[in-house]
Amino acid sequence: MSSRIDSAFSRGKAFIPFITCGDPDLDTTKKLVLAMAASGADLIELGIPFSDPIAEGVVIQQADQRALHANTTLAKIFTMVKEIRKETSIPLVFMTYINPIFTYGKEKFLHTCHQTGIDGIIVPDLPFEEQEEILPLCKHYDINLISMIAPTSKQRTTLVAEQSNGFLYCVSSLGVTGMRNTIDDSVQDMVSVAKQVTTTPCCIGFGISNEEQASHFAQFADGIIVGSAIVRMIGEYGRNSIEPVSQFVRSMKKAANHV
Amino acid sequence: MNVGRFGQFGGQYIPETLMPAVIELDRAYTHYKDDLSFKIELKNLYADYAGRPSLLTYAEKMTANLGGAKIYLKREDMNHTGSHKINNVLGQCLLAKKMGKKRVIAETGAGQHGVATATAAALMGLECEIFMGKVDCDRQALNVYRMHLLGAKVHPVTSGTMTLKDAVNETMREWTTRIDDTHYVLGSVMGPHPFPTMVRDFQKIIGEEVREQMMKKEGKLPDYLLACVGGGSNAMGLFYDFLDESSVTLIGIEAAGKGIETNEHAATIATGTIGIFHGMKSLFCQNADGQINEVYSISAGLDYPGIGPEHADLSQRGRASYVSITDEEAVSAFEYLACMEGIIPAIESAHAIAYARKLAPKLSKDKVIVINLSGRGDKDVSAIARYKGEVLYE
Repeated sequence: MSSRIDSAFSRGKAFIPFITCGDPDLDTTKKLVLAMAASGADLIELGIPFSDPIAEGVVIQQADQRALHANTTLAKIFTMVKEIRKETSIPLVFMTYINPIFTYGKEKFLHTCHQTGIDGIIVPDLPFEEQEEILPLCKHYDINLISMIAPTSKQRTTLVAEQSNGFLYCVSSLGVTGMRNTIDDSVQDMVSVAKQVTTTPCCIGFGISNEEQASHFAQFADGIIVGSAIVRMIGEYGRNSIEPVSQFVRSMKKAANHV
Repeated sequence: MNVGRFGQFGGQYIPETLMPAVIELDRAYTHYKDDLSFKIELKNLYADYAGRPSLLTYAEKMTANLGGAKIYLKREDMNHTGSHKINNVLGQCLLAKKMGKKRVIAETGAGQHGVATATAAALMGLECEIFMGKVDCDRQALNVYRMHLLGAKVHPVTSGTMTLKDAVNETMREWTTRIDDTHYVLGSVMGPHPFPTMVRDFQKIIGEEVREQMMKKEGKLPDYLLACVGGGSNAMGLFYDFLDESSVTLIGIEAAGKGIETNEHAATIATGTIGIFHGMKSLFCQNADGQINEVYSISAGLDYPGIGPEHADLSQRGRASYVSITDEEAVSAFEYLACMEGIIPAIESAHAIAYARKLAPKLSKDKVIVINLSGRGDKDVSAIARYKGEVLYE
């Protein structure tokens, strides 16, 4: 199993930021990754832009559009990851829809992940029942396939959690990604059900955007995932987003650990 | 595992949040499809509300004009709401009621499926919300108003290309916010299992009627079945009852738009590659990085970058063949059928008519072609006028 992902959970509650590769360009993505790593991020989710991201709210949809308009391709993303790996050992996980993996070539994709230093992948439109599509190749190339559980999962939570590895992505709310003012505490039950059957770290994502939420949900989980709040900053500040994003990451890591 | 496969195609590639919804739907559908009272209720709705069976009209002038095979038209245009879409929505809305759902949501391209869903929802007392690309809302303002009249709420979709593909994306997103009381009435033989199978089953009555009507009129099975293909529901509905009849040639007609050699077409089988999108493994118009292409057709109903997984399998196995017809050929066929038979076809169905004009003269007079006239053309009149350079105000 990938030791780099395990290391993300060795410094208190993990803070996991998400950014979209190539938004506004890959050079900025690289700078953001290095800056976030230096600011206390424990693992970074790198979104591969997709034309039709059905699990995303409008903030990340627009980031995907910006990245695609900037001609971001998988080949260029892999080149960037290789460059990043020369400078940091922070765990890196791709968030991608299944079609780019499938169309690029499953084996080629996972082999390149392995070679460039990607530690895991999250595939929001690949539910447990369809994981066979890529799971054998993920195992072969030592890439963690991160599973997701959602508020609707109910009795499926156990099924999915038992087979999880890397970390378990606990979706806090119904609907798509995006900032929310209020998040139901039912995610707490979901995490405790999962924890009965697995030792895989549980991380909560979807909707978390501020310190108050980070410190609240960190009580129930091993880590906090934040996407849209960061992507919105990148949308606003573009190439000048490195500093505000770094500052945000620092404050969220602290909030998650109540310091 | 491997649920709802057609060869290598199909499956359930959707977010975890929606998995319980499709599992619940699959269980309910598996139960009710064999439930006698459900079957009787649906049959009565088909007969007393939709106007089934639809006619099988012998196109005598068209046959004489083309000078080859005998041509019959399966008149789905005569159904309530003007197309085959009603068959599917009555089935799904009835099932939604049985499942205790209070609300239905649906995507629509030109608005035909949206109008049909709003109609069935009104009939059955379900709340209804329709997602329609903003570009399509502007092109088909009359259908938007129809849906309002029927009590539905219409959400213009402003993401992506603002057309059918984005309307599907947005309806899926909406479904993830509310699955407890909401059923997604998918409009074609696509999406995650059980939709491709269930929608086909609700449409297969088209082919079953054709078989019976053909035996009465000709005393034999047809030799060729022709249907236009976007997602592919009217074609699957016509083909399904004949899949095991090797003497029956099945031909699906895709939209070649401005030509398949251009970038402006929607000919998925002719130009697409295997991918996984909108819940299914199938063929899609996409680039080498798996980004879904913008597609184009004069017909909003065929303007979709994918195709139902069962068609992908029929094509790969060689059981059905797929050809494409350009905008220009479809418009010409639209006018041709109006003058020749006094029937204005939907521009989608005109693609099938256009191919029949090429095929029939090559066949001998003892051969029989059945064309699925999947919808009526009233909705297209002003768009065709615009195509011909005239401006009409409805």
